Amino acid sequence: MRAVDALIECLKAEGVEVVFGLPGGANLPTYDAFYDGGIKHVLVRHEQGGGHAAEGYAKATGKVGVALGTSGPGATNLVTAITDAMMDSVPTVFLTGQVRTELLGTDGFQEADTIGITMPIVKHSFMIQHPLELPRTLHEAFHIARSGRPGPVVVDIPQDLSRADIAYEPADDVRLPGYQPTTEGNQKQIRLAAKALANSRRPVIYAGGGVVNANAAGELAELVTADRFPCTCTLMGLGAFPASHPQWLGMLGMHGTRAANYAMDEADLICAVGARFDDRITGKLSEFAPRAKFIHIDVDPAEISKNVPAHIPIVGDAKNILPRLVAEYRALETDASRLEAWWGRISQWRRRYPLSYDDTTDTEIKPQRMVQALFEATGGDCILTSDVGQHQMWAAQYFGFEKPRRWINSGGLGTMGFGLPAAMGAQVGCPDQVVCCLAGDGSVQMNIQELATCTEYGIPIKVFVMNNGYLGMVRQWQELFWDKRYSHVDMGQWPDYVKLAEAYGAAGMRLEDKTTLVDGMKEALATEGPVVIDVRVTREENCYPMIPAGQPARNMVG
Amino acid sequence: MTVVGEPGTKEPLSLEELEAAGGIRTGRKHVLAILAENKPGVLSRIAGLFARRGFNIDTLTVGPTDDPAISRFTLTVDGALHPIDQVTKQLHKLVNVLKIRDLEPEETLARDLALFKVAADGSARGEVMQIVDIFRAKIVDVTKRSVVVEVTGTKDKIDAFEQMIRPFGLIEMARTGEIAIARGRGET
Repeated sequence: MRAVDALIECLKAEGVEVVFGLPGGANLPTYDAFYDGGIKHVLVRHEQGGGHAAEGYAKATGKVGVALGTSGPGATNLVTAITDAMMDSVPTVFLTGQVRTELLGTDGFQEADTIGITMPIVKHSFMIQHPLELPRTLHEAFHIARSGRPGPVVVDIPQDLSRADIAYEPADDVRLPGYQPTTEGNQKQIRLAAKALANSRRPVIYAGGGVVNANAAGELAELVTADRFPCTCTLMGLGAFPASHPQWLGMLGMHGTRAANYAMDEADLICAVGARFDDRITGKLSEFAPRAKFIHIDVDPAEISKNVPAHIPIVGDAKNILPRLVAEYRALETDASRLEAWWGRISQWRRRYPLSYDDTTDTEIKPQRMVQALFEATGGDCILTSDVGQHQMWAAQYFGFEKPRRWINSGGLGTMGFGLPAAMGAQVGCPDQVVCCLAGDGSVQMNIQELATCTEYGIPIKVFVMNNGYLGMVRQWQELFWDKRYSHVDMGQWPDYVKLAEAYGAAGMRLEDKTTLVDGMKEALATEGPVVIDVRVTREENCYPMIPAGQPARNMVG
Repeated sequence: MTVVGEPGTKEPLSLEELEAAGGIRTGRKHVLAILAENKPGVLSRIAGLFARRGFNIDTLTVGPTDDPAISRFTLTVDGALHPIDQVTKQLHKLVNVLKIRDLEPEETLARDLALFKVAADGSARGEVMQIVDIFRAKIVDVTKRSVVVEVTGTKDKIDAFEQMIRPFGLIEMARTGEIAIARGRGET
């Protein structure tokens, strides 16, 4: 069979049900195989949209997302999505076409050095050198993408090799002597961690996206409730611990709650699980959690002591480590009353500094109110994707996530235009769930073209545009730190999102009145097919509280 | 780490006594011996990693090993500028990298090779030849107005040779950078 037919067989063997892509010259053979290959292909309108859709699919389902692009511009259009997948550890495989081998290095038509361009932004990449390598390479690509700390893998396939006739033999082993991720945590370290937890008086469990990736939310809850440990999550970890739980402190970091940030600041022991001490968490590094010792559980050894030196590092899979840590902890006779004073302190912060905003307007919609209304209209029972900016932070603050894989956003790279295609991918992966995208008017146009994909395929996502006519987060920073010199942040009043939605074959709605907001949203949710809802909100509202960049948590403002 | 309150025992543990590991700058030069798959792009991945993470490579040599499928990289890095544990951990993440050893100075044989082209005509030539003898170097090319000297040895020896020879008129010089191997029976 042709190498491309073998490729289809490999994808099936890896459990791939759907791919997102756009054909071109260099991957014509691949597309010929997709014609009747038996794998669903979603034709996107821009390769970046396909890449983010693959990410959304992967984040919602936990499976590997696959995106295809042709050589040259097809591959360069994927670059943002690949980088995003790297920063947020999303299991993804990107299959790019490449010019014929005889043209490699000659600046051939639509030639780009895809491997070279993507080298710093991939977990690994392969260029097919011989058609017989294809099955094993694909198998290895999927293995690398989904195991250890997940991430993007690029497979670049020259056009002539993909047409070659090969005898297909399924590969069922991998030959990656240099790649052996550690999954089992060291028992001695786990015991030491249990002991440290038992001896702490002001502990905090700080969980990140790694817990979601490891499917270890249940195990995390076991640890948190093994005693009255206070728990906070990063932006990427939201949903790993239920927001309604009494031990939940709220999100931490730049726009986190004061309770979470102050608890980190005063903690004597911080147990980090699948979190990487990003600068949005630590603020000024030298003044981060100055009294704390650190247990750091991570599957990636390079994250240990990268930013914050760990006292008890445990390398491995959280799903493997957490139950063992709980067992070790339970075996120690701990005195629960030792945490009374700590909870007293935390309760004080909670009482004094709840998340709040001025909601005294008659009809004007405050953006925070919009998030709460969406929670009310959906009953919180939906997958919510977002773009990047103020709306993302308000969603993180005010939409109480109860379960993992319900909150899908771009954290590390902060990619505007992520939300809509990610929602599309999530909906394809989870057809029975309600999928909403909370977008900003600044971000949504960056991949608005995928609305056409949604209408063509009947992918019924609901896109709620939080429309303040600004690049709101940049405006907020200009207001607070640049003397209110609003330089190029006013987006004006176009496009008309209702007409735009209709032009794409979707339904369009506009909501401008707080009193009818929830009903309007319910109506949108009940409408079949994709819907764009233009929600006009207060123009100059700031996202608070916040840790000003480069400052320690205790200097939170707002 | 000094283990206080041995895990699994009733012995109490004091959080104050826990020590952090990692992120430490050793302040000395490190010689990293890296074995990697001999595949296209591996040098680029290693060099790219150093560039992206802001690590400086002092010297880098690449060559074959007894196994044609494996290349040996010898890399020297300044441990005063970079936390070496972070450098090696990041290198380990490269799928093509098989093995890394941070060679201990006292158990390492490191050698550099250099070629010096020296202006040595007339009376100076005898003196140059004396220095060559002292350093157990070799003259590998002679013309009326120049000699080319080959020196192998430790980095310090070659530095010293350079200092001695420079006053005679150093026309040009080429150095390989260090290659290194551990002493004794053990493999890298």
